[in-house]
Amino acid sequence: MTDAFEPEIVAFCCHYCAYTAADMAGSKRISYPPNVKIIRVPCTGKVDAIHIMRAFEKGADGVYVAGCLEGDCHFKTGNIRAAHRVRRVQALLEEIGMEGGRVEMITMSAGMGERFAQTAREFTEKIRALGPSPIRDAIRQSGRRAAG
Amino acid sequence: MITAVRKSIEEIIACVSPYDRILLVGCNECVSVCSVGGRKEVALLSSALHMHFLKQGKTMDIREMTLERQCDPEYVEELVNYMDGADAVLSMACGCGVQTIAARYREKPVFPAVNTTFMGASERQGVWSERCQGCGDCVLGITGGICPIARCSKRLMNGPCGGSTKGKCEIDANIDCAWQLIWDRLKALGLEKRIEDIMEAKDWRTSRDGGPRTITREDLAS
Amino acid sequence: MKTESRLEKVLASGALAVTSECGPPRGAVPDKVKEKAEMLRGCVDVVNVTDNQTAMVRMSSWGASVIIKQMGMDPVLQMVTRDRNRLAMQADIIGAYSLGINTMLCLSGDHPHFGDHPQAANVYDLDSVQLIQTVVKMRDEGKFQGGKDIDHPPKMFVGAAANPFADPFELRVMRLAKKVKAGVDFIQTQCIYNLDKFETWMKGVCQRGLHEKVYILAGITPMKSAGMARYMKNRVPGMDVPDDVVKRMESVPKEQQPEEGIKIAVESIQRLKEVKGVAGFHIMAIEWEEKVREIVEKAGLLPRPEL
Ligand code: SF4
Ligand code: SF4
Repeated sequence: MTDAFEPEIVAFCCHYCAYTAADMAGSKRISYPPNVKIIRVPCTGKVDAIHIMRAFEKGADGVYVAGCLEGDCHFKTGNIRAAHRVRRVQALLEEIGMEGGRVEMITMSAGMGERFAQTAREFTEKIRALGPSPIRDAIRQSGRRAAG
Repeated sequence: MITAVRKSIEEIIACVSPYDRILLVGCNECVSVCSVGGRKEVALLSSALHMHFLKQGKTMDIREMTLERQCDPEYVEELVNYMDGADAVLSMACGCGVQTIAARYREKPVFPAVNTTFMGASERQGVWSERCQGCGDCVLGITGGICPIARCSKRLMNGPCGGSTKGKCEIDANIDCAWQLIWDRLKALGLEKRIEDIMEAKDWRTSRDGGPRTITREDLAS
Repeated sequence: MKTESRLEKVLASGALAVTSECGPPRGAVPDKVKEKAEMLRGCVDVVNVTDNQTAMVRMSSWGASVIIKQMGMDPVLQMVTRDRNRLAMQADIIGAYSLGINTMLCLSGDHPHFGDHPQAANVYDLDSVQLIQTVVKMRDEGKFQGGKDIDHPPKMFVGAAANPFADPFELRVMRLAKKVKAGVDFIQTQCIYNLDKFETWMKGVCQRGLHEKVYILAGITPMKSAGMARYMKNRVPGMDVPDDVVKRMESVPKEQQPEEGIKIAVESIQRLKEVKGVAGFHIMAIEWEEKVREIVEKAGLLPRPEL
């Protein structure tokens, strides 16, 4: 192994909590791994199963959905719906022989800058331990085949 | 509506893996309402299959299409321009939709991606239950609006049997005893006496037992 | 007399009838049937032969019934509507009658879910009430269910089951009335442990005069152990075993429990003999046929009438 594996992680972050928490982490200079690419959503309820699947299809090694604490969703039950969808994607990934643990639902409040950074670190480490997504490799190889 | 559940990805993969180009066809009616074969589910299945085959080093060409109604030849006709580009069709509609495609495109293999389950109603978000078996001679008018054929485990016409316990069916404590429901409803309607009217042996000819059924409406058929 | 049935004759004579049952073996062992039936000889009037009881495949009811008939005893052909459609059932009725079987019991049967072929198609072309109608029509009108004439119609004495303890209780008398309306001749009830509830049901039956239209045989099953009492109470759908019966079984040491079970059965019969409308007893000693004689004797029901 020459290059150490650097996981690519997509985090769907709710505008009202996780995204604000990420902001706070930034302004307080609490560092978190650059592996995490944040996508801001108006509510995690807006994140559909297919969005998560597409992230994997495009080569993400891990995806998490970060929403408000239970009971605090700005739209009442968006975070609960998101949790259901995450479970559904976990099952679907398992069905095609990938680790369900590559996707996770996380909750926090807007004031939790430290928690944001910490979960970003932990999730990155978890995915690092799982290794690269088989899809990422497959994309690279099929690209090579296409080029060759 | 007609309800269904998706087949395991494993079974679906086994059907489509010999092919390179798949036309994945959903339906916007019943199976869309019960979240198994509408546009969203088509996208998800397509994505999962893509990833599965990518892992095997194969780029599966999957074209997604969701028709207004797959059991209607008029809509199924819309697929005509895509058939040449497909080796096989994978349908997420109920069995009626799958067969409408098979009848129209005789030279293309078509596979069901769902198991068509029953005619049912939505009990609450995410829960559907069987309500009708299409017996062709509806008795709901006599049984207080509860179907003994679809909802009694023994389709008894003169229930309840001796196994009815605390309102539940003998086969499962989570299943309502249809005849308890019928009785409760007849009482609510003040029609208790009716429970003693014998329902005569049913004429199953109007059901599947009379052979496959057809409806022809002279005023509409040309 | 509608038929040649021994049971009909005993009941018509006014004597308390005694019936019991024999579950056919799960294999081609006719000797098993003979062995069980032999234990019942002379202490019961007729022997019910179950039909794929608890939805498990067994020797057919009519096959075992013929064996019993050949022993010079009188079988009651049980028939569930779960496994056969109306063609098969009517054919079997004619076949059984042709081999000398003249008494039968019409049941819907346990759902296949309970048995060893849960994959089986669940026929239920007819239900038990409709089967009663069918057999009565064959006998009294000489017509098949479908309406055509029968050449030499079978004359069956027709029974059915009643469960006074199933829910909803308020419907239980009405349901019996329905079977009477369908033409049933005799009834064998579910095993009775809750005697008070049974008496309440019988009162309702008599109020409507149903006891004058149908013979009611009270169901008795002796319990072998406290474990069996608990199992029946908690696990068997439509069974009512009151707490004090379970407690009574538990109150004696394990080796005395069978004896206690027999005692309870005998006491139940003694009490039920006095209940208006009870025309006899159906003793279902499951895999315990050897005890039937003792129960019948202790209950003062021997000797059985000679006809
Ligand atoms: S009686 Fe027949 S038509 Fe009516 S709900 Fe039941 S199965 Fe359907
Ligand atoms: S318990 Fe009720 S629903 Fe179940 S088989 Fe008996 S009558 Fe039918």
